[in-house]
Amino acid sequence: MPANRTGPTGSSPAAGALAAVAILGFAGGLLVSSFAGFRDFLPELLRGAATTVQVAAGGSLVAVVAALLATTARLYAPLPLRWLAVAYVELFRGTSALVQLFWLFFVLPMLGISLSPMTAGIAALGLNIGAYGSEVMRGAIEAVPRGQWEAASALNLGRFRTLRRIVLPQAFVAMIPPWGNLFIELLKATSLVSLITLSDLAFKAQQLNQTTLRTVEIFGIVLLIYLALSLLVTLAMRALERRAGRRLLRGKEAR
Amino acid sequence: MNESPASSSETPMVRFERVSKRYGALTVLDQLDLDVASGEKVAIIGPSGSGKTTVLRVLMALERIDDGVIHIDGEPLTHMPQGDGLVPADARHLRKMRSHIGMVFQHFNLFPHMSAVQNCMEAPMSVLGLGKEEAHTRAAELLTMVGLADKLDHHPAQLSGGQQQRVAIARALAMRPRVMLFDEVTSALDPELCGEVLNVIRELGSAHQLTMLMVTHQMGFAREFADRVCFFDAGRIAEQGSPEELFGNPQHERTQQFLRAVMEAI
Amino acid sequence: MNAHWDWNYVHEILPILGEAALITLQATLLGFALALVIGLVLAVCRMAANPLVRHAAAAVVEFIRSTPLLIQIFFLYYGLPEFGLALDAMLAGLIAIGLHYGAYCAEVYRAGIDNVPRGQWEAAAALNLPPQATFRRIILPQAIPPIVPALGNYLVALFKETPLLSAIGVLELMQTAKILGSESFQYTEPITLVGLYFLVFSLLASALIRLLERRLGVRAAPRS
Repeated sequence: MPANRTGPTGSSPAAGALAAVAILGFAGGLLVSSFAGFRDFLPELLRGAATTVQVAAGGSLVAVVAALLATTARLYAPLPLRWLAVAYVELFRGTSALVQLFWLFFVLPMLGISLSPMTAGIAALGLNIGAYGSEVMRGAIEAVPRGQWEAASALNLGRFRTLRRIVLPQAFVAMIPPWGNLFIELLKATSLVSLITLSDLAFKAQQLNQTTLRTVEIFGIVLLIYLALSLLVTLAMRALERRAGRRLLRGKEAR
Repeated sequence: MNESPASSSETPMVRFERVSKRYGALTVLDQLDLDVASGEKVAIIGPSGSGKTTVLRVLMALERIDDGVIHIDGEPLTHMPQGDGLVPADARHLRKMRSHIGMVFQHFNLFPHMSAVQNCMEAPMSVLGLGKEEAHTRAAELLTMVGLADKLDHHPAQLSGGQQQRVAIARALAMRPRVMLFDEVTSALDPELCGEVLNVIRELGSAHQLTMLMVTHQMGFAREFADRVCFFDAGRIAEQGSPEELFGNPQHERTQQFLRAVMEAI
Repeated sequence: MNAHWDWNYVHEILPILGEAALITLQATLLGFALALVIGLVLAVCRMAANPLVRHAAAAVVEFIRSTPLLIQIFFLYYGLPEFGLALDAMLAGLIAIGLHYGAYCAEVYRAGIDNVPRGQWEAAAALNLPPQATFRRIILPQAIPPIVPALGNYLVALFKETPLLSAIGVLELMQTAKILGSESFQYTEPITLVGLYFLVFSLLASALIRLLERRLGVRAAPRS
C-alpha cells in the first residue's frame, strides 16, 4: 500500500532553496532597478501584473471547480457522465495549453460564441489546470489506505459518511502540495494570454520592449515580479499545509 | 474453565455453513463449517495463507462469500429471507447485521485526523445517533477501561503502537457489539508492547459475555485465554479442540508440524 | 468565412501543417536533449561539496521553475543581442526550453540519485574507487532506469509547450496554423488539427510511458 507521502518530507531543503531564491531575487531586483531607471516602466508593469493576478485568481477558481466536478464524476457518477469526465481530462491534458487558448479565442467565434480575451484566458487556463487537478484529487483519494475504508465499514459508517468524514479530510492534506505546484503552473501559464491581446504582465513587457528597447532591464524586472508572485503562492500553500496537517503529520504514518 | 463447544440445544452466536471463498483459482475457504456459542472465545491458528484472516473478514462482511451461508444469532448475515428462500443480502441488511460485530485490525486502522476520543465517538454519533455528550461519555469510559484516560485528546501519531491498538479496541467496543473479532492484533507491535494489548483483551474476556474470535500467532495467549482452538489448513479446520487437547496432544500431522515449527521459532 | 468543417481546406493545408509538424518534433527532441544535459549538470551542482555552488544551483533551479517559459524565451531572444549574441529564433527558443526543462529534470535526477542506497557509496569507497568513477560507473547506472518514466513525462510536457515558440516567430505548428488561419479567415480547421496532433502524440507517448513503467516495475521486482 503506498504510504501517504506529503509535502513536509522535502520541505527543509526546499525551504533553504526558497530562502536562497528570495535573497537572490531581492539582490537582483536592487541591481536591475538601480541602473534601469525603473520609474519609467514600473507603473505600467504593475498594471500588467494586476491583470496577471486577475487571470490567475479566476483560473484557479475555474480549475478547482472543474477538478472537483471531474473527480466526483469519474469516481462516483454513472457511466456516460464518467466517460465525459474522462474525455475532458484526457483532452485537456493531451493538448497544449496554448492550443486550447487559441481554440477558445479563434475557433469558438467561428461557431458563433465570442469570448472576451479575459474570459477565454480564464476558461482555457482554468480548464487546463483543472484536468491535471482532477488527477491529483483522484490520486489523493485513492492513496488513502484501504484499511481506512475497512475500519469505517466495520464501524458501519455509510459510504458517503466515510468519504466525507474519514477519507476526504486525509486526502485534502495530501492534495495541498501538488495543488500548490499546479497553481504556480497556472500563474506561469497566464503569460500565454498576452498572445491573445490581453494586456497582462507579459504583454506589457513586450510592448515596453518595443518602445524603449531596454530589453534586459524590462524582462529582468518582469521575471522578478513573476518570481515574487510564485513565492507568494508557495508561502500561502505552505501555511495552508501546516494548518491542515498539524494534527495529522506529527508522526510519519498513522493508519 | 473448559466449557464444551456450543451445545446443540441453543442457537450458536456465529454459524458458518459450508462457506466457500475463492480468489480466482485460489480457494481460501473451502466449505467451512464452524459454530461459535454465545460468550465463547475461539482462537484461530494456522500457517499463513490458510484462510484464517478471511474467516474474520467475511464475518465482518468486508468480503463477499461465494458459497454457503453465515448466521449470526440465527439470522443470516450474507443473505436475507425473501419468500420461502434466501436471497443475497442488500446493503441495508448488511448494515443491520454488521452492527452486532466489532473488529480490531492488525494495522489498527485508526483515523489519523481524529483524536483518540473522536475515533471512538464518530460511529456512535453517526450510526447509532448518540448525542455528542453521550458519545463522549461512552468513549471516555471505554478509553479509561483500556488504560488511556490521559490520552483522550491525543492523535494516533502521538501514541505508541500498543496505545493505538487499545484505542482501536475501545473504538470497536463503543458500538456495543455482541461479537468481537481480533485479527492478529499484536502482529504489528514490538514484542514489549504486546502485553498491554493482550491484558485488555484478557480483562474484556473475563468481565463481559462477549463472543470473541481471534486470529493469533501468540500460542501462549491462545492456550491461556481461548475456550477452543481451531487449527486452519488450506481453507478448512484441520483440527479443533480445547487448548489442552490441541496443544498437548495434537492428532493431525499438519498440526504437529505447525506447532513444532512455531516452537522452534521461539 | 465558414462556421462548418471544410474538408477541401483541410486537404489543402494538411501538407503545410505536416512540414511544420516536423519542425515541432525537431524542436521537441533537440530541446529535450539539451534539457537532459543541463539537468544533469544542475543536479550534480546541487550535490556539490562547495555550499556556494550547491545553493546557487538550488536557487537557479527554483528561479527557472518559478517564472514563465514564455518570458524566458523573450529574454533570451530579445535580450542576448544586447550582449552581442544574436541568436536566430529557433536557437534562442531551444536554449530557453532546454534551460526550463533542465531545471525540472534536475529535480528528477536528484530524486533518482538520492534513491540509490547509501551503502553503494560506502561500498565503492571501501573499494577505494575515486568519487567521480563511483558517480559515473556505480551510482548513475542505478539512478537512471527508475526515473526514465518521470523524464518521459517531462518530454511530453515539453512537447506540449513547443507552441510557445510561435511567439518569437518560429514556424512550428502553431505559428503555421495561425498564419494559415489569418490568411483564409478560417481558424477552425488549422487550430483543431494542431490540437488533434498534440492529442494523438501525447496519448501515444503516455501509453508508451505506462508500458515502460510496467516493464521497469517488473524488472525491478526480482532484484529487490
